Amino acid sequence: MSDLNAQAVAKYRTNFLKEVEERVEEGEWVKMCMQCGVCSGSCPLGPYWAHPPQEIFMMIRAGRRDEVLTSDSMWMCTSCYNCIVRCPRKLPITHIMHGLANYAHRLGLAPKNQPTRVFATLFWNNLIRTGRVNELKLSLALYFKDGFKQGIQNALNMQKTGLGLMKAKRLNPFELFSGHGCKDKKGIAAMLKKAREIEASRKHFAN
Amino acid sequence: MTEIVATNQTILVVGGGISGMTAALEAAECGKQVVLVEKEASLGGRVSQLYRYFPKLCHPTCGLEINLRRLKSNPRIRVVTLAEVTGLTGKAGDYTATVRVSPRYVNENCTACGACGDAVSSEVANTFNYSLNKSKAAYLPHAMAFPQRYVLDPSIIGTAEAEKAKAACKYDAVDLGMQEETLSLKVGAVVWATGWKPYDANRIQPYGYDRFANVITSVEFERLADPHGPTGGKLLRPSDGKEAKNVAFIQCAGSRDENHLRHCSRICCMASLKQTNYVREKGGENARSTVYYIDIRAIDRFEDFYQKVLADPQVKFVKSKVAKIVEDAKTGDVVLHGVDTEGYHRYANAHDLCVLAVGMEPSVKGMDIPAEIIADSSGFLEINSATAGVFGAGCATNALDVNRAVQGATAAALRAIQVVNRVARAEG
Ligand code: SF4
Ligand code: SF4
Repeated sequence: MSDLNAQAVAKYRTNFLKEVEERVEEGEWVKMCMQCGVCSGSCPLGPYWAHPPQEIFMMIRAGRRDEVLTSDSMWMCTSCYNCIVRCPRKLPITHIMHGLANYAHRLGLAPKNQPTRVFATLFWNNLIRTGRVNELKLSLALYFKDGFKQGIQNALNMQKTGLGLMKAKRLNPFELFSGHGCKDKKGIAAMLKKAREIEASRKHFAN
Repeated sequence: MTEIVATNQTILVVGGGISGMTAALEAAECGKQVVLVEKEASLGGRVSQLYRYFPKLCHPTCGLEINLRRLKSNPRIRVVTLAEVTGLTGKAGDYTATVRVSPRYVNENCTACGACGDAVSSEVANTFNYSLNKSKAAYLPHAMAFPQRYVLDPSIIGTAEAEKAKAACKYDAVDLGMQEETLSLKVGAVVWATGWKPYDANRIQPYGYDRFANVITSVEFERLADPHGPTGGKLLRPSDGKEAKNVAFIQCAGSRDENHLRHCSRICCMASLKQTNYVREKGGENARSTVYYIDIRAIDRFEDFYQKVLADPQVKFVKSKVAKIVEDAKTGDVVLHGVDTEGYHRYANAHDLCVLAVGMEPSVKGMDIPAEIIADSSGFLEINSATAGVFGAGCATNALDVNRAVQGATAAALRAIQVVNRVARAEG
């Protein structure tokens, strides 16, 4: 168990709803759900995930902590916003989905090989290094996520697209070596650090 | 010119539906002078458009008839139809109301013989039937209309059609020269009973009321079931006139929804439960109803009614707010999509006809109501007790069934009586 997870379990014990309310983005809305089912019926991904939003909210209220946090359901949300515009109680459902995914990731409970999670992690790590996304490195990292051999295979499959992009000057091969960053790298780093501090104190991660 | 005697001991009742009629009758039967203003051509309001009442399943015509008899025998009530209150100034015991009266083009001589209706050929939407069919441009609003007097639709005025109507009338009742009038009435107290309107179903986009012929509203369904309605009391669906034997009801269509009406309209659960009875009454043993609901709110003693419908094997309940409707273009059937809350099962159910149990929107919403009448966040009236000389009654104040609307109307009449009694005492 990660430290953060152990600490959360110790703090909230069986009150998972309270944990979500305090620690998950927009989590305080969960109790407003009246279980009408419109979000689940409206979600284009609905047939493909284990638990549609309505069910996730009920599971949170029922205290099914492990099932919720280890689920890959929230990671399937495509941010189409269908549910938000239709929810009769105006729950910010999409944001709660992302909040839950992020929280599960932080606690180390999110499913390890969930593709959305892998990509999101690569994207974020790529971004914070220089303050800019290096698209070439990001794509390569994605190609090689399942090992060297598969990576070469993926790169070969995409060769034509890559060359086309290069011709159209949409892709600069030299980015692989240095890559350009934003002007104030230090500033970005400081900003992210501050943001992390604020989040930790607001969501009681510190105690 | 319409002559109306009104003083500051007169009570003005705005709206001639069941609430307004009740308030007017109660006040008049206590000896007060009443002016009853109705914007349609006939009294009766939305209640007169129902096929049956819940929970006893009797016809509203009967209650209406009793009220009309009381009204006809009471000389203290003056009824003004096709009239709207456009302004109200003054204070309790001393108001001046401005009333705009639209021309009917038919005067008191009318015997409702129907000769004008026979003579004209142009047709207009029959709003009594929620425009499901048409009526002649010279028409009686409905069988029990009060006053029993024809109306000429303004669209034919100035045309040969109007002249035909005039020529056909043996009683010299058609008066094409009638003009809009504005009356100014002195009154002591006001009962505001402007009722409700069905929520505009076009705005509930995923249900496709505007796109699919076989998605209708609960108020339209009442008209289909009524023998005086557009289908002679048969449940024929609009797309192809096929008899509907597999009917879906969607609850909270526009109610309990922050995107539409925030309040629970209170009557729609009972209305749909009642309408499942129509499906069985008309369609026999093979007819089926399915009620899609968030939760059934059959308030207080209506629980018994709910239990009875629950036990009916021809009625199925699905705990789910339907997410969207699509039309099967070939058959015209409507397919309801959603997820069932009891088990989270995904469904796609086809039905012949889908009835949206639309919410109650107060009619005062969007109306130019006098400043001292306060409306709540849904647009229902709230009485300002500091300046109270204006009292809300019926569905202008809340989403109510007929029974509760009538109780509230009696209460409003009593309050209005107290105000004019105070005036009478002060004037000695
Ligand atoms: S649409 Fe809103 S109220 Fe309905 S189940 Fe989903 S989150 Fe709950
Ligand atoms: S925003 Fe996410 S959860 Fe909501 S309907 Fe779209 S994919 Fe589903």
